[in-house]
Amino acid sequence: MNKFLIAAASGLLATMAAPAVSAQAAQPIELKGDVKVDKVVVENGKEKHVLIDPKVVVPGDKLIFSTAYRNAGTEVVKDFVVTNPIPAGVALAPLGADKLEVSVDGGKTWGRLAALTVGNAAGPQPAQAGDVTHVRWVLPVLAPGASGTLTYNALVR
Amino acid sequence: MKNHLAMRAAWGTATIAALGAVLAPGLAHATGVTAGTLIQNTATATYTSGTSSGSVTSNTVTVRVDELLDVAVAGLTTTPALAGASNVVLDYSITNTGNGPEAFNLVVNTAVAGNQFDAVLQSVVVDSNGNGTYDAGVDQVLTTGQPTPSIAADGSLRVFLIVSLPGTATDGQTSQVQLSATAVTGSGTPGTVFAGQGDGGGDAVVGASTATQSANDALTAALATVALTKSATVVDPFGGSQPVPGAVVTYTLVATVNGTGQADNLHVTDVIPAGTTYEAGTLTLDTAALTDANDTDAGEASAAGIDVDLGNVAGGTTKTVTFNVKID
Repeated sequence: MNKFLIAAASGLLATMAAPAVSAQAAQPIELKGDVKVDKVVVENGKEKHVLIDPKVVVPGDKLIFSTAYRNAGTEVVKDFVVTNPIPAGVALAPLGADKLEVSVDGGKTWGRLAALTVGNAAGPQPAQAGDVTHVRWVLPVLAPGASGTLTYNALVR
Repeated sequence: MKNHLAMRAAWGTATIAALGAVLAPGLAHATGVTAGTLIQNTATATYTSGTSSGSVTSNTVTVRVDELLDVAVAGLTTTPALAGASNVVLDYSITNTGNGPEAFNLVVNTAVAGNQFDAVLQSVVVDSNGNGTYDAGVDQVLTTGQPTPSIAADGSLRVFLIVSLPGTATDGQTSQVQLSATAVTGSGTPGTVFAGQGDGGGDAVVGASTATQSANDALTAALATVALTKSATVVDPFGGSQPVPGAVVTYTLVATVNGTGQADNLHVTDVIPAGTTYEAGTLTLDTAALTDANDTDAGEASAAGIDVDLGNVAGGTTKTVTFNVKID
């Protein structure tokens, strides 16, 4: 009797999960976006960074956008490229920007920030973090079950 | 799911537009994105699996920008205003350095530490027509406790304080007048949150300025004092200086104006002494003759007395009036 209930229950779970499973039959990749705000708090006279849910956000605050990925399928995934346009209202934070592959032209060309230029009336200028329009991450191979989190820091303009 | 589809549909065509959209807020708002703005982040992944390729879009995370309460106040009267008998205008600017429209409560403090006198506040006026100068009867006068009109984010408002000298002020004394502006929504320690009171539907948060700031303008009393001395010389008909009937008395009235200000509408008047008669045509101002008639020159004289209108006389000036009478 107990066994049957458990079986029924697991059957129910399977049914509930079914739409997601079927959606991911063609999409073995799961992406989950999140955002935290990096607030500096002073504790015992020392500054400390804490990541909290962005309940109160004002210009100048540092946001940490993250995208968790997982290969939920049974096959190896290749050429995995996650592209993230920088939202309106924020700028890529200078700190850590040099470690990212970025674009300053809407995603047409990519590279390290130091290698990119932006044009203005005075000619090409070295690109700044605030010029970045997109960030991306390229992972050549994603084994079944492989997962991780990709993050970038942004400052509210 | 709706967001995913919308984002995916927009993705292919909107990349160029996105460049403008990203840059625009920074250009439009020197002090930050407008309160209530939604910051929405979505990531998209492409990949290959076996022989097929696919793409998937993350959920969209949304952050609403709250209202930052910040203000800057500047005194624009850079050299002390010179205050004489009439009101003087002190000029200030209030800048909303927050990111949402905000009105500000104003407080005027005339008793600033170190003052040699405390000015008398007549009225608080906002530069309604935005021309940068005080226009009596045109610019709006704020009643006590009335906040400013709402100032847009990054916007500035000129405020004029109309003040006068107290009766106790003496020439050359200086004074400062402080104008404080405080966000109507609230002020306090930076980071203080006023839940749900932000513009655009979010919270209001006190910024680095504590949402209350003040600035001073200075004024200097430019007053004048007038001293009048009267002397007489007598010439008798016999070549002496005895005050006998028939002798002519020349009265000399010296008006000395001292101070950095001016004496407004200064008149020198005198009555003809009893027992004497005014000698027609003898009135002079600084040795120049004046007619007796009430006409275009500064003086008039009659059997009753003399009146010389010196007008506005600057400090450091001496004016000398003379006239003759004959002892009856």
